[in-house]
Amino acid sequence: MERIPILKMGRFLLVTVQVDMHDRLAMTLQDDLTGRIVKDRAHGVLIDISSLEIVDSFIGRMIGNIASMARVLDAETVVVGMRPAVAITLVELGLSLPGVRTALNVDRGVELLKGCIEERAQGNGHVAG
Amino acid sequence: MATLRDEIYPIRSSDDIVKVRQITREWALMQTFSLVDQTKIVTAASELARNTLEHGHGGEVRIQALQEGSRRGLRLTFVDQGPGIPDLAKALQDGFTTGNGMGLGLSGSKRLVNDFDIHSETGKGTTVMIARWK
Repeated sequence: MERIPILKMGRFLLVTVQVDMHDRLAMTLQDDLTGRIVKDRAHGVLIDISSLEIVDSFIGRMIGNIASMARVLDAETVVVGMRPAVAITLVELGLSLPGVRTALNVDRGVELLKGCIEERAQGNGHVAG
Repeated sequence: MATLRDEIYPIRSSDDIVKVRQITREWALMQTFSLVDQTKIVTAASELARNTLEHGHGGEVRIQALQEGSRRGLRLTFVDQGPGIPDLAKALQDGFTTGNGMGLGLSGSKRLVNDFDIHSETGKGTTVMIARWK
């Protein structure tokens, strides 16, 4: 069965979505990723969507779900690499991805995650937002 | 108005949704749509194809490449013989959903295109037509 690979990068997990996501694949990713967060004790998840030519409400909901599930499992999620045309379309569609942090690329995403984790450590483990 | 190309594709599985997206992208490129216009019509096509599959229990999409004067456009007509939509006005509201989505399928798609038309009859099915012009 086709799967989206999940790479471990230090304390973080990196998911690079490189195929046109069909609905089943999106659901499998949700399951795989939550499993890996626990197994690898990840503090953060980076989802690279730079290859995605569209994000519709189904994929948007899947990204939102992953971020919510990760938060419950004590990990932060950052979506990186959204194409400008995708961003324009998402907003017109009415999808603003509430609760999902975004960064322009993987490097900036890593910086953002590190910042989030430091902030949480200083705040005695209180999860922000 | 001249029809440059006219084809029908089935929507029977989640793989067909991906296929509708790919075909819509190809045709939008053929019509020399800008990248943003391509993305909008492909996203709308994806939303409506999923509606056809999930709410209409499958159906088909007719895709037409059109030319009117110097204007070029794409028209997509999604047809199902599903249960129909009892309250269309309500279904067109943002956030209204009967499924497990976010209720943006119809209202969101409408915002992504220039022309939008919907007909639905309880027990007979639903037809949604969208068009985007460059």
